[in-house]
Amino acid sequence: MDAGLTAAGTTGRIAPALDGLIACPECDLLMSRQVLGAGQQARCSRCHHPLYRPRPEAAVKIVALALTAGILMVGALFFPFLSISAAGETHESSIFSTALAYSEGYLAPLAVAVMLLIVLLPVFRVGALIFAFGPLLAGRTPYRHAQIAFRLARHLRPWAMAEVFMIGTIVSLVKIGGLASVSFGPAFWAFAALVLAVGVMDNLSNDWTIWDALETTR
Amino acid sequence: MLTARRAGLVGCRSCGRVWPRQQRHCGRCGGHLDDDRGASLQRVWAWLIAGVIFYVPANLYPMLDTASLLTGDVRNTIVGGVIELVHAHDYGVAAIVFAASVVVPITKFLAIAQLALTLGRVRPWRRHRRHRMLAVVDFIGRWSMIDVFVVAILSSLVQLGSLAQVHPGPAAIFFALSVVFTMLAAQAFDPRLIWERDEAEAA
Repeated sequence: MDAGLTAAGTTGRIAPALDGLIACPECDLLMSRQVLGAGQQARCSRCHHPLYRPRPEAAVKIVALALTAGILMVGALFFPFLSISAAGETHESSIFSTALAYSEGYLAPLAVAVMLLIVLLPVFRVGALIFAFGPLLAGRTPYRHAQIAFRLARHLRPWAMAEVFMIGTIVSLVKIGGLASVSFGPAFWAFAALVLAVGVMDNLSNDWTIWDALETTR
Repeated sequence: MLTARRAGLVGCRSCGRVWPRQQRHCGRCGGHLDDDRGASLQRVWAWLIAGVIFYVPANLYPMLDTASLLTGDVRNTIVGGVIELVHAHDYGVAAIVFAASVVVPITKFLAIAQLALTLGRVRPWRRHRRHRMLAVVDFIGRWSMIDVFVVAILSSLVQLGSLAQVHPGPAAIFFALSVVFTMLAAQAFDPRLIWERDEAEAA
């Protein structure tokens, strides 16, 4: 259900209290903030950008999914990822060895970049979200830097490319095709599950009302 | 339509709260309050030009170096890899790689340049379309990294001694940088520019 917000200018005066106002991040329209029920979606009345949508228990779900993703990442890192065999020769690869494929000579910076994109940034984001929302679950006030952690986790989202890597895996398998037979290791399935968990987690944390949870308990 | 800017305020793009114009950081989430649209446009052009420049060697140098008993030593560029997939009748995957490595990057260059060049010169009813165009460009950019990952996966997996060996080529690093720079160009593009400049023109 959509709830179009009223533009602040239409009443002919600007409310003196700034915390009753919001500005659309996409088109800058000034609107008055309204309290929505669960399942309602607030949209900008000019550019229709989705603004916020309260999700009950979002913090609990985010922490649960972040923990799941963290555990799956450990599995994905230390089990074999794919293995290939042809004419008696076998070779196994892991997530680490995939990133290190670029470690020869002048391509070395790319090995660091791949490691960042598929392992370090996803791990950092999961850790940051647990740090930001974990204390809320225990009924405590958030840590001092919870806001920074949450902001960084959101900001780094485009750079954590686990799902792009997953599609890359499928393309690679087709490319190898008839040349050799490839089998999936446990790390492949762990990584696939991680992509799903992170997807749901990001969907939940992509919401302004989360800031209220971090703010009101301060 | 009253915007935050006209009201002498600045909106936080990460949490939505508004603050007095002169404030630099959001008091709720600590986000940087970016109010300088001119600087946004300069960053867009800088990253975009860097992205286009790096896309050239990305296509000239080999991306993948395959040595196998059957085919000998083959060095493929990005487009060469797509052609090889087509010859192998893997049309679906050829389409994915072609889209991710050729169609998406070039479309992004053109789309960002067009959006930046035509600010303030577009009919009001086209704003929604242009806004959506920027959102799509921003969303789709990271998917171009597919080819960089494919090369990494193949190089780490296909190590079968004399039977077949795959190594990454120099194009991989140029291509990765081109994708990163274009992503930064799209992120630097402040969508509020699309709505504001057009409005200023209409008024």
